[in-house]
Amino acid sequence: MPEAQETKPKGRRWRPLYLLFALPFIAMFWVSSYDRIEPALYGIPFFYWYQMLWILITSALTLFIYLVDER
Amino acid sequence: MDYIATSVFIGLFLLVTVIGFFAGRWRSGDLDQLHEWGLGGRRFGTLITWFLLGGDLYTAYTFVAVPALMFGAGAVGFFAVPYTILIYPILFMVFPRMWEVAQRNGYITAADFVKGRFENQPLALAIAITGLLATMPYIALQLVGMEVIIAALGLHLSGFWSELPLIIAFIVLAAFTYASGLRAPAMIAVVKDMLIYVAVIAAVVIIPMKLGGYGKIFSSISPEKLILPHPEGASLGGYSAYATLALGSALALFLYPHSLTALLSSSSRQVIRRNAAILPTYSFLLGLLALLGFMAIAAGVQSNPAYAAGFAEFGANFSVPALFLDSFPSWFVGLAFAAIAIGALVPAAIMSIACANLFTRNIYKEYINPRCTDAQESRMAKLISLIVKAGALVFVLSLDKQFAIQFQLLGGIWIIQTLPAVMIGLFTRWLNGWALLAGWATGIIIGTGMAASLGFKGSIYPLDILGYMLPGYAAFYSLIINLALAIILTPLFNMVAPGSKGRALEGCP
Repeated sequence: MPEAQETKPKGRRWRPLYLLFALPFIAMFWVSSYDRIEPALYGIPFFYWYQMLWILITSALTLFIYLVDER
Repeated sequence: MDYIATSVFIGLFLLVTVIGFFAGRWRSGDLDQLHEWGLGGRRFGTLITWFLLGGDLYTAYTFVAVPALMFGAGAVGFFAVPYTILIYPILFMVFPRMWEVAQRNGYITAADFVKGRFENQPLALAIAITGLLATMPYIALQLVGMEVIIAALGLHLSGFWSELPLIIAFIVLAAFTYASGLRAPAMIAVVKDMLIYVAVIAAVVIIPMKLGGYGKIFSSISPEKLILPHPEGASLGGYSAYATLALGSALALFLYPHSLTALLSSSSRQVIRRNAAILPTYSFLLGLLALLGFMAIAAGVQSNPAYAAGFAEFGANFSVPALFLDSFPSWFVGLAFAAIAIGALVPAAIMSIACANLFTRNIYKEYINPRCTDAQESRMAKLISLIVKAGALVFVLSLDKQFAIQFQLLGGIWIIQTLPAVMIGLFTRWLNGWALLAGWATGIIIGTGMAASLGFKGSIYPLDILGYMLPGYAAFYSLIINLALAIILTPLFNMVAPGSKGRALEGCP
């Protein structure tokens, strides 16, 4: 193994940016905020489309953090 | 029997069999090295890792059981969505580090890492055995998923031959895994995932059109199934159960040996981080798939006499196959069923490889033949992959299916007990190995006790804190006890055995 890697490469140090990952945990743990039928979307109750929406939000968030981190 | 559906099904099955055998030559390496056979040479890039992990984590059983839970129990089955949301921040934050330490030190299992980190043999053995015990029933469940599909095709032979299709599928699986190692499921996953995407997207577009739209579908669901019941009195009711099920399952997922095997086979830590961003496409697919459970209710498949035999044998697990039979022409049914059945082959192959890696590295090489050569090690792993799968087959054919399901439920409770040593161990070596072992043992005992108090029928333990009810996932509660104990005992063991602290590793200070 090369010993010269003293400075930490990108993405290996902890950054405050990672705190953004708390958002999906808070959102999903706050069950009472989404356990409802209205507002429905195309007949799909809020409970279902809202959680599906968080898949997209979390994916976008992860991509954002990755891009900032690897820059 | 439906000849068109069966022909399409068998045709696709033959295709992946051929792919499975040729996979060994793809980016070929020396299969006498365990990391070549068992980790595909750690060479998979972003796209192949995406297919491989997608095929590995979202198994055939998931595809059958999640909509079945929606069909039977309603909204609580949708916990699969928050579960598969929360796994990716965890993957992004924790597992690139695992990849790095494994790559630099030549580790292929979590127990390898724990052994290096804490220099504690019993703890490493505990991690290895937990992995083996948690994975074996999981393989059995893949075969259960396949059995449902084969029955739905109408391939019902009588008497002694009734299980023949399953046995053939199984022999195919065992043979190509033996010959090609992890490269086989990686290549098959590409075909399987494309089939799954086509099948599910077609289903969620076409079936609602036939049933009169999503509004109609949801209005045919009874109110107590449509959303979670609101908590009443001094209890968090279904809410704490829903949230802890999601978090507990998410924490456990990458502790499973087959998840780690697929992760370690990627070519860089960036590949893992990129996959944390792109794997949620499968979560979205799973969310859509869950809704098929409600569509099966709306379509009234359970009251259709054509499917009575299937429901009698497989219960709610028959709901999605029945829905497909009810809604689609034969050729498409064949395609969708092939997607699910091949979807069982991919994770079953990876799971058996993961078990083989664990047994060979952490038990055979550690305790039975410490001076084995690389070729002997690799040969032993191939042999174990066969034994593990044969065990799963015997399990499914000879015992009640319910037993496999209950055993798998226990597996989830057990595997999460390795979290302090494996995941927290990646970031700090403050915890003492003996304290971790004590926490692990306590977690296993208490978690199993909680499941036993529920008659092994469920995993939601009604925790009572000073008269306030907090029903929650037994795995999650027993993990908290495990972790608390490991923290409390650490200073104690450091005093008693001063030389037993963890050590810094390459890539993991």
